[in-house]
Amino acid sequence: MPEIVIMVLVILMIIGALLAIETSNLLHSVISVGAVGFLLSIVFLFLSAPDLAITQIAVEVITLVLLLRAAVRSENDSVPHRRKIIDTLVAVLMILAMAGLGARMFADFPQFGEPVMDRFADAPSNTYLQDGLEKTGAANIVTAVLLDFRAYDTLGEVTVLFCAVVGALSILRRPARKRLDRPDKEKDK
Amino acid sequence: MIYFLCFGLILVGLYGVLVRRNTVKIIISLLVIEYGIHLLLVLQGYRRGGVPPIVEPGTDQQTWIGQSVDPLPQALVLTSIVIGLGVLALLVSLSIRLFERYGTMDISKMRRLKG
Repeated sequence: MPEIVIMVLVILMIIGALLAIETSNLLHSVISVGAVGFLLSIVFLFLSAPDLAITQIAVEVITLVLLLRAAVRSENDSVPHRRKIIDTLVAVLMILAMAGLGARMFADFPQFGEPVMDRFADAPSNTYLQDGLEKTGAANIVTAVLLDFRAYDTLGEVTVLFCAVVGALSILRRPARKRLDRPDKEKDK
Repeated sequence: MIYFLCFGLILVGLYGVLVRRNTVKIIISLLVIEYGIHLLLVLQGYRRGGVPPIVEPGTDQQTWIGQSVDPLPQALVLTSIVIGLGVLALLVSLSIRLFERYGTMDISKMRRLKG
């Protein structure tokens, strides 16, 4: 039963993504992609991943604010689509190639509903599930993995986030006014 | 079947990146690709009729291990979601700067760097 619900939700997500990409109004497309993100968080709930659902909602709200900031311009509200045949052709060819590769990839995938950790007795996930509570004292194994077993990954994540924020700030920063021509005028006043 | 739908979502995003010319549209398409990949990874760890990987008081450890979904993809996707937010902030600030400099969001009109 949850599989059918998940499938319906993913189909809705695809429709939302198509709308977001095809509509000519930027505001509409930002709102559509927000719908896709919130649907994704519902799918995470059905996949027994409550932590992911919560994080996805929080991140999605910030994403919407950022995208609105980028999208809302007084004079540039809608984008006319100029199609070039050759561009579309190249895109379709690439997508077909990717679809072929994907079909090959899914042949080796585990069946849906049977995680890979069942196949190998010494998979790391099994260890985490076995010893997570004893070794870390965290009842939530996902946080145990994030903050204890793989804490260095989280450190790297925070570093990446810091770099991205510093980069965004330094791109958006207003350049300081040049005062070389009148060095100490401000002080004299 | 669910895998194919999820891969379809990634392909929709790829189409958007390749065809659209507006910077905000390209950012949105990248976001759709990201969603698709996160969903694919979490789908892989799902167990039919699985419970969240959270130990509740009074549960039998061994039967719970047999029922829980895979915690590892969830933890790594959690990392990836947050990193995606940082990357998005960087992309949006670049797009804002480009708009201020060229007065357009059409990438085919930003030709100043072309020789």
